[in-house]
Amino acid sequence: MPATQSTGESRALIDIRDLSFSRGGRPLFDGVNLTVNRGEVVAIMGPSGTGKTTLLRLIGGQLRAAAGSVFVAGEEVGGLSRRDLYRLRRRMGVLFQSGALFTDLTCYDNVAFPLREHTGLPESLIRMVVLMKLESVGLRGARDLYPAELSGGMARRVSLARALALDPEIILYDEPFAGQDPISMGALMQVIRQLNDALGLTSVVVSHDVDETLSIADRAYVISEGHVIESGTPERLRDSDSPWVHQFLHALPDGPVPFHYPADTMADDLRRAR
Amino acid sequence: MVGLLQRMGASTLASLGTLGRATLFLLRVIRGLGELVRRPHLLVQELYSVGVLTLVIIVVSGLFVGMVLALQGYYTLVDFGAEQSLGVLVALSLTRELGPVVTALLFAGRAGSALTAEIGLMKATEQLAGMEMMAVDPERRIIAPRLVAALISLPLLAMIFILLGIGGAYVVGTSLLGVDGGSFWSQMQAQVSFTDDVLNGLIKSVLFGLAAGWIAVFNGYDCLPTSHGVSRATTRTVVVTSLVVLGLDFVLTALMFD
Repeated sequence: MPATQSTGESRALIDIRDLSFSRGGRPLFDGVNLTVNRGEVVAIMGPSGTGKTTLLRLIGGQLRAAAGSVFVAGEEVGGLSRRDLYRLRRRMGVLFQSGALFTDLTCYDNVAFPLREHTGLPESLIRMVVLMKLESVGLRGARDLYPAELSGGMARRVSLARALALDPEIILYDEPFAGQDPISMGALMQVIRQLNDALGLTSVVVSHDVDETLSIADRAYVISEGHVIESGTPERLRDSDSPWVHQFLHALPDGPVPFHYPADTMADDLRRAR
Repeated sequence: MVGLLQRMGASTLASLGTLGRATLFLLRVIRGLGELVRRPHLLVQELYSVGVLTLVIIVVSGLFVGMVLALQGYYTLVDFGAEQSLGVLVALSLTRELGPVVTALLFAGRAGSALTAEIGLMKATEQLAGMEMMAVDPERRIIAPRLVAALISLPLLAMIFILLGIGGAYVVGTSLLGVDGGSFWSQMQAQVSFTDDVLNGLIKSVLFGLAAGWIAVFNGYDCLPTSHGVSRATTRTVVVTSLVVLGLDFVLTALMFD
């Protein structure tokens, strides 16, 4: 879709201000500020359970913020009507962690799905677009396979091709590297960075794979306990003097985040067992 | 004692909450039905998997229910020398009660459970969320065609069930039990009313179709996105549909026939 409304917008394509959100009585976000500028690859990192996926769902409007606001392309996601929200979503692509491919459709039909739903294009044109999208992730040859016949990394690339089908401006990646072997990991990293630059996209990568993510990101945010702990370029993060960021980036088992879940002393527990 | 009250209150609130969510869900689906008019092929596809694929069990059950009904009815009627009324007995039981009810129960087991499992699995594997983020509303694209397909198929299946039941009864009655074919049909024609019996039966099965479809798609859409959640939702669909159909049937019978 052409970015017809981009003239009046600021450089920030995604702008999150003072976001608060809690689930099951536990605050996931407490005053998070975050911006993603046009053309950037921005990484959002943090340990499992910090609500990174929830953040993507807030950006996509599947969840609504308890307080604060999420602006995407100048529009506040939480305040949109259903119709406007669906219009805005056509400008976003999401790569789910599981791939979320339709298991009953072949790769080809999966990528063709959004085109058939949203455009009135004839099948001959849809075929061209689908083959181009599959080619861009290197899986044109796999078009007749079903998702069950793909490896995890291939499924994610097909899912990426599908997310790209409508030529979105923003792509949200949910843990793209989790559980991938080194080769698929490398392929995915290359695809994410190249697509972003070649197509002029804006990418948000949510991940806890530190090295992979930082090597392709322009900027990164580190989130923990509901707050942004550190943000900036990968170099700045690596030089951070926050002991927490140091522990996270260098994968140290103990530090500000303790190895042990809070408990009474071992001696007390043993004595009680008698 | 307090604990018991607490649990009762909590489960009442939970059921009321579910009922409220289900109603809002139904209203949203109804509001999105317009899309189905523009894209009828979505409905046709579901009519096939919900309706046509359920045919076998309906055909076989209808035939056998009719045949058994003829046997049992005959043994009772013959004591009163009224065996020529076999056609009336079979036709009335099938059109008024057995046709709509048994079809709905079979439908819940065959098609309702499949709908719940399919939608629940799509939810568990993030396919529904993925669809939403592709700006395709699953309530319109996935739910609405399935609900309407159930609503259309169940009355048609019930009619087929009734016809085959009467056919089965005719075959057993005339060839096995020696009932006169002519009086089988003529008595039926004289005593079964189209508006009172056939139409009321049809109204029942339309309402059962709505109930069965609604319960099935809602349970799938509302399930916990885990394997255990999907399995529980599937079971719940069959159990709740059966109970609702039986309860609704009692109320409708009380209202319709006096």
